Amino acid sequence: MKTFALAGNPNSGKTTLFNALTGATAHVGNWPGVTVDKREGKYKRGGKSINIVDLPGIYSLSPYTPEEVVSRNFILDGKPDGIINIVDATNLERNLYLTTQLLETDVPVIIALNMIDEVEKCGDKIYPEKLEKALGMPVVAISAVKGTGIKELMARAEALPETRKGTTVLSGALRDKIEAARAFYEGETVSSPLFHAVKLLENDELELSRKGAKQTLENIAAAEDLEAVIADARYKYITANLSLAKVKNKNFAVNKTDAADRVLTHKIWAFPIFFVILFFIFHLTFSENLLFLNGFTPSQAWLPTLEELGLAAQGEGGLEYNNFGVELLAVFYDGAVYSPGVILTNFLNLFLDHISDGVVTLMENGGAAEWATGLVGDGILGGIFAVLGFLPQILTLFLLFSILEDTGYMARIAFVLDKIFRNFGLSGRAFMPMIMGFGCSVPATVNTRTLADERERTATIRVIPFFSCGAKLPVLTAVAGGIVAAFGIGNADLITCGIYVLGVCTAIACVLLMRNTTLKGEIPPFIMELPAYRMPKFKNLLLHLWDKAKHFVKKAFTVIFASTVIIWLFSHLSWGWRYLPDEEMQNSVLASLGAFLQPAFTPLGFGLQLGQFGWVFAVAAITGLVAKENVIATFTTLAICINAYAGAGTEAGIEELTGLINVISADTGIAQGQFAAALIAFIAFNMTTIPCFAACATAKAELPKGKFKWTLLFWLAASYVVSAMVYTVGSWWWTLFIWLAVIALVTTVIVLRNLGKFEISSIFKRNKKGGKK
Amino acid sequence: MIKLLSEFAAGESGKIVSVNGVGKIRRRLFDMGVTPDAEITMRKKAPLGDPLEVTLRGYELTLRKSEAACVEVELK
Repeated sequence: MKTFALAGNPNSGKTTLFNALTGATAHVGNWPGVTVDKREGKYKRGGKSINIVDLPGIYSLSPYTPEEVVSRNFILDGKPDGIINIVDATNLERNLYLTTQLLETDVPVIIALNMIDEVEKCGDKIYPEKLEKALGMPVVAISAVKGTGIKELMARAEALPETRKGTTVLSGALRDKIEAARAFYEGETVSSPLFHAVKLLENDELELSRKGAKQTLENIAAAEDLEAVIADARYKYITANLSLAKVKNKNFAVNKTDAADRVLTHKIWAFPIFFVILFFIFHLTFSENLLFLNGFTPSQAWLPTLEELGLAAQGEGGLEYNNFGVELLAVFYDGAVYSPGVILTNFLNLFLDHISDGVVTLMENGGAAEWATGLVGDGILGGIFAVLGFLPQILTLFLLFSILEDTGYMARIAFVLDKIFRNFGLSGRAFMPMIMGFGCSVPATVNTRTLADERERTATIRVIPFFSCGAKLPVLTAVAGGIVAAFGIGNADLITCGIYVLGVCTAIACVLLMRNTTLKGEIPPFIMELPAYRMPKFKNLLLHLWDKAKHFVKKAFTVIFASTVIIWLFSHLSWGWRYLPDEEMQNSVLASLGAFLQPAFTPLGFGLQLGQFGWVFAVAAITGLVAKENVIATFTTLAICINAYAGAGTEAGIEELTGLINVISADTGIAQGQFAAALIAFIAFNMTTIPCFAACATAKAELPKGKFKWTLLFWLAASYVVSAMVYTVGSWWWTLFIWLAVIALVTTVIVLRNLGKFEISSIFKRNKKGGKK
Repeated sequence: MIKLLSEFAAGESGKIVSVNGVGKIRRRLFDMGVTPDAEITMRKKAPLGDPLEVTLRGYELTLRKSEAACVEVELK
């Protein structure tokens, strides 16, 4: 079977062509060693099929970005039978620059002249035949969006000769120099010697690493700046010979983009518009009060709940609906209209709950043992469903951000925000993944792929969990509510808000720290195309979403599934392998593990000072790894276990926590202020520590090889330091000065070292970790 | 008059004379079409004054002031 590589500039319609060619046969992986999408699929026609490998979008075959390296390696060493070079007809000049480089390889090339319809719409004319004659390669005009010309393209691609000798558009004095360089490669056993020869003259890093190459180049170039000469010659050739294919006319697309840009990147309006868009994205994904139809505050609420309508009633296990119809209605509405993200989540959960209930009932009726029902119902199904339950909101968030990306707006955001992010050693692009972190770390982490620089990407992935995600909010409100209820101090909203701010500050501090120590490096260049605004392609978005969903579900059933089952087993087994129902969790393996870990949390305030019941905090932190909501569920269960709360348990968990706080206060006689500080330290710890398994699995997949274990350690260290600081400063305000002194010291040491004025001796190396903040 | 691209005001345009700088940045500028003799127009500055948006070879490019300082342009 023949294999063709699909190469072209970003925004040239490559994805659309790929989807048109391969349809549902595409599958996505990563190129070995780097997190650049490797998309492959089959083009089928008349019983024959052709393998299509979608190379990442590139402007050149320079070796500076992972995308360029991957494309270059595949073209030179992947032995494709040909390259389909997609060229955006509305932007011929820059697109053909890559073409001139592809021609220098020995691989047969065919050019797909895309968006020919848009050119014609603008009243311009392009003559593919003229281009074909000038380049000496087949050129086929297509419209990937409309699907025209694709059959002809593939027919001519198949008819390409099996071999080709590289040709170059470079001529004149350059020709002799290229010949001289080619002579050098005659000795080396490489494919496409012409390509290598030209790259050597272009001062290419990869070519220069060959033995003897540097000397060869110096001899040929004789101090001439060949890199500039060649780039110039390529563009000159294109303007001189290939512009004959195009009759210039006014470009409508650019005009439309202009008008949009005048507003969207306006000096003053850019920011408010951006925040409104962001707000709506989150609103559509997470809000349980769509468009504030039910008023802005609870006191303004006027819509009746289902219970008030007499369609549901409080039963033993929570709200019970009169019939299935009402249950279905509750997916969309209960006292307020839900947002699309919430509706999808409710739908999925309704479906999953029925499966879970069905299985459990079936097992109970079949006489299965209590432990078996518990394992299957709570452990296995509960675990998987807890993770799958995130899927609708993850995908909604992903879809909305993909739309921003596809319309071209995302590039403008990077443009607007770059100046701010440069201060932290990042580029404007890093903003999107970070802000997505407030919704969910999983899509946020995947979104870091838009960052070209590997160090920037690693730093960003590491701080994403500090942007408190949607699942952490219930934990924050419950604990904050517990503090207010038990001690009668403070304000729950203020505490919650403060924790969000703390998270952002931690993220900034950590990025600065990493970019100046372990992830040092130049601020990545910001030389980027601002693509014309376009309507997003619905089919592309859905295929994209489908890929993400597949990945996530696969992970939910493997890594995440295994981890959740293990934690369930730990919390429901005693050391003697006896099954424990929920009410006896205090005797479980997990409880003793909590007791064992308890002393480690002493500097954070929720260790030994909380006495005999203090282990519940350690246990809650561990179960939080499955999904952060579990922290509250654990508190609820344990509060009942240790008789701190009498009742069936509530969803918000505030009353249970208040009970727990009262029991522990009575038991240890701990000072109120100190305990409150410890509780705030506890939520700070949960927010900044290792995120849930789903987020961990995603981070592992997206981080460069070998970085994941350090990332786990980093999360632990960061959360430990942050919450120790919260606890000590909250309990004894003057310790603030000690922390400030430590921070100042660490900063000075790092700055001095980076200036080269100070060599860190082994003593300082050992101290560095302690001051990780 | 020859000016650095970073010193251009919005709306000014000219012909690129030379591209300085080293390594990655210079290569990237070349690859994006910022080469001697190319016509370039300054569109605008980002709301915070940096980066810049320019038009060349029929498309919009954004780059930072520090990167634009590598490009010398003959003002039209």
